[in-house]
Amino acid sequence: MVRKLTSAGMYGLAVVWLFPLLWVVWTSVRPRELATSWTFSADFTLANFAKVWDAAPFAQYYFNTFLIVTGVLVAQIVTATLAAYAFAKLRFWGRDVLFVLFLVQLMVPADILIFPNYNVLRDLSLLDTKIGIMLPYFASAFGVFLLRQTFKTIPHELEEAARMEGCSWLQILWRVYVPLAKPTYIAFGLVSVSYHWNNFMWPLIITNSVENRPLTVGLAIFAQSFETGAQWAEVSAATVMVIFPLVLAFLLFQRQFINSFIHSGVK
Amino acid sequence: MGELRAKWKVNVYAWLLLLPSLIFLLLFTFYPVWQTVILSFHQADLGSPEPFFNGIDNYKQMLEDDVFWKVLTNNLWFALGTVPTSVALALGMALFANKALRGKGFIRTAYFYPTVVPMIAVANIWLFIYTPEYGALSHVMDWFGKGDMNWLGDQSNVMWAMIFMVIWKEAGYFMIFYLAGLQNISQELYESAAMEGASAWTVFRRVTFPLLMPTTMFVSIIAFTNSFKLVDHLVIMTKGGPDNASNLLLYYIYETAFSFWDQGMASALTIVMVVLLLAVAAVQFFGLDKKIHYN
Amino acid sequence: MRTVVKSLFSVAMSLVLLTGCSSGTSTTGSSQPGQPAQPGTSETKPAGNTELSFFYPVAVGGPLTKIVDGMAEEFNKENPGITVKPVYTGSYQDTTTKIQAAVQGKTPPDVAVMLSTELHTMMDMNAILPLDEFIAKDGGNEYVKDFFPGFLANSQVDGKTYSIPFQRSTIVLYYNKAAFKEVGLDPEKPPTTWDEMAEYAAKLTKDGRWGIEIPSSGFTYWMYQALALQNGKNLMTEDGKKVFFDTPENVEALQYWVDLAKKHKAMPEGVIEWATVPSDFLEGKTAMMFHTTGNLTNVKNNAKFDFGVAFLPAKKNYGSPTGGGNFYMFKGTDEKKQEAAWKFIRFMTEPKRAAQWSIDTGYVATRKSAYEEEIMKQYVKDFPAAAVARDQLEYGHAEFSTHNNGKVTKALNDNLQAVLTGKADAAAALKKAQEEADKVLASFNK
Repeated sequence: MVRKLTSAGMYGLAVVWLFPLLWVVWTSVRPRELATSWTFSADFTLANFAKVWDAAPFAQYYFNTFLIVTGVLVAQIVTATLAAYAFAKLRFWGRDVLFVLFLVQLMVPADILIFPNYNVLRDLSLLDTKIGIMLPYFASAFGVFLLRQTFKTIPHELEEAARMEGCSWLQILWRVYVPLAKPTYIAFGLVSVSYHWNNFMWPLIITNSVENRPLTVGLAIFAQSFETGAQWAEVSAATVMVIFPLVLAFLLFQRQFINSFIHSGVK
Repeated sequence: MGELRAKWKVNVYAWLLLLPSLIFLLLFTFYPVWQTVILSFHQADLGSPEPFFNGIDNYKQMLEDDVFWKVLTNNLWFALGTVPTSVALALGMALFANKALRGKGFIRTAYFYPTVVPMIAVANIWLFIYTPEYGALSHVMDWFGKGDMNWLGDQSNVMWAMIFMVIWKEAGYFMIFYLAGLQNISQELYESAAMEGASAWTVFRRVTFPLLMPTTMFVSIIAFTNSFKLVDHLVIMTKGGPDNASNLLLYYIYETAFSFWDQGMASALTIVMVVLLLAVAAVQFFGLDKKIHYN
Repeated sequence: MRTVVKSLFSVAMSLVLLTGCSSGTSTTGSSQPGQPAQPGTSETKPAGNTELSFFYPVAVGGPLTKIVDGMAEEFNKENPGITVKPVYTGSYQDTTTKIQAAVQGKTPPDVAVMLSTELHTMMDMNAILPLDEFIAKDGGNEYVKDFFPGFLANSQVDGKTYSIPFQRSTIVLYYNKAAFKEVGLDPEKPPTTWDEMAEYAAKLTKDGRWGIEIPSSGFTYWMYQALALQNGKNLMTEDGKKVFFDTPENVEALQYWVDLAKKHKAMPEGVIEWATVPSDFLEGKTAMMFHTTGNLTNVKNNAKFDFGVAFLPAKKNYGSPTGGGNFYMFKGTDEKKQEAAWKFIRFMTEPKRAAQWSIDTGYVATRKSAYEEEIMKQYVKDFPAAAVARDQLEYGHAEFSTHNNGKVTKALNDNLQAVLTGKADAAAALKKAQEEADKVLASFNK
């Protein structure tokens, strides 16, 4: 009996959890006059989306976000792979000290340091650039830890065998370790993309112009731009436009998404 | 001699491998923190065109600032409200999603999807839900005849409203970690418990929960850090109001730096935040970590 | 240290080349279909072309960027040696932050529209150019005198002009004529005194509808300023160095505001969200509202009922603060750009353009001669409500603006909100605000 109740409760919770998504999608396809009332009529429209697309350059925002997210991911994978291999397989001078330094980045992430990093970017004259948005994230302690853990589980014999065939260390990395750590890369990639797609405060203070503004900042500016008061239908449409790709991707790939997390040994 | 050379080679390789990461770490973690420490001992605001050294004046001022204390206590209450709840809920979700007979995919999606929604979008959606009179919550309360509540416009409500929203956003993310952890628990343990006729609750208490401890610790730390990092919603929803009831430390730093242009004070506040987070890290890695890892 | 950092950095840049992105690759900004070539893209432009970056905040109503882009296009066409590149920078607050950040980063925009109240802060940052020289060369006294004095108040200090009014407003009272009729009030007679307003609002309140809503988030101080002005004098000195919060008249004004909710039960308690008040009014959830005249066009287009616009009710006198944004020019830009920027400002504030802007948005046209334009005369004839805000300018005063504007405004806003949510009483809160503000302004009063 208890089991049935908790079961029902959890299903109910799932419905409650879904509600905000359904609500915003619903509002975005209702004509603006009906946006705030709960009457059930057959009135549906795509006009809100058209208006939003017209009012702010969302295509540009999409492009910017895509560039930023990809740029960061590629850089992170490169730097993290190299560093993780060093930590996992090599014994070297100052290894433990350096490890602690990497740990610090986990606890003091770039998000906390928006103000000092802003000054650094200013000194480098990189304000209001996409590169500027990406740079602080190129080193990823999180990635290093994940990969290190994975690399550690790869038997040393494989590396030795490759070495005996005359591979240089770069080739060993590429041929032996990277392919075996694929689930970890996928999990990390998903976390990274998700994180940077959603990043807001940092790009907010760094960007001015439309050419560099990502979706999140574009959405916030759009939502706040109504001195006349919130236009819920349009804001909902804009919101749906911004979250649509990720939610869709998640819906399509949720099994892989979740599985890769599980199997990457993220503890 | 050859051995020494070999060792030297390894060291060089290792450092070269680490160099890319180190450069960025230096540039964007350590150097800024260092600069901030220095700047926090200077007066650098709109009234002083050239920053000048003022000792610990910024820190003294900060300790006398009512808003600072409000913001700090808010953040701690916020952490208290979101961390245990979202972690516990995540555990429950994971247990359920693991065992659910029907619609396992549906359940996992429903719980997890808020993670892929940007906080800014979350804020927009919930701002609308919380709006009095015609927000979703108002409509629902209307159905139950409970009358209206000003969720975001009242000091006593606003924190709860924020906490619930953040739990909604985060619990699914932590659920994934628990799902991973549950996979790692060997089935044999459950089978032997079943043979001894243990009840579900005992199984949970004696087997599942202890074995999930590492996950719980990991997830709690992330949740705690997030409760300090997450301020995007304040930009859209309340800007810290009413009267700083929902203001959080990072948002106060943002206001001080980019609205008041008081760089000295913003630096001091940032240092406080860094020290706080490092202290928590120290507790985890040097204290608890030893106790809960079995290997 | 910096050079070491920089060289390390350039080593790291090789990684970045992988990603193949640079800040130079810009697809054109606000990509509107069917528009001619966007200004500011690096295409074949004649040598000696002056490019101006123009930061601007929200407009009201309509696809925001289109109107401004259109005006910039026209200017570019009429002035072949100059290209204005409009950059939409968000809300007023966002725009101010962006501009201040740009100034700090030594890359100020060439021209921008920003809140008129940022004047003192901008002067403290030594960021803006005094405009008198430009006025003398092109425009002269008649130009300046043509602006309504209420708007110039936030544009001048010590007789020197630092900014030019562009999109300005006052607060007006919107009221639902149908609701008035419903409860037996004369729809052509909006309340004109505080007592009348409280009385009418109480009458208009019923289940599912409030009598009045005065927003108290976002621009709390602005609304409060109106009440204070109606009962006495302004909240600060013209030089922005002193504030007057805890005078008995101001306490009375704040008490009146609170009483509308507490005593007369005609207004919701707690903080009322700025963004939701207009939609509340349009939905009929409130019969009256204080809001910016900038909302006029929006309300006109969307109200399904007959509505009126009136002066804010008086206590000792009528009164309203002005609001909105001015044109500023910045130090650190080169001379050629400055001259071009001044041309642009003159263009945007020509009477017929000012009139059109006012009609499109609902802002008050900032120049007296704008109201002599045919299109404006016709518009006011068809829609007399458009003239209310302008007429109220007679009682208009400078918007709240001091040195260290951000901090002082926050101190006032926070304490006002504390009173409106019932956590503090008016006299004590205003005293606290006064003390906090005095502390912040101390260094400017040495």
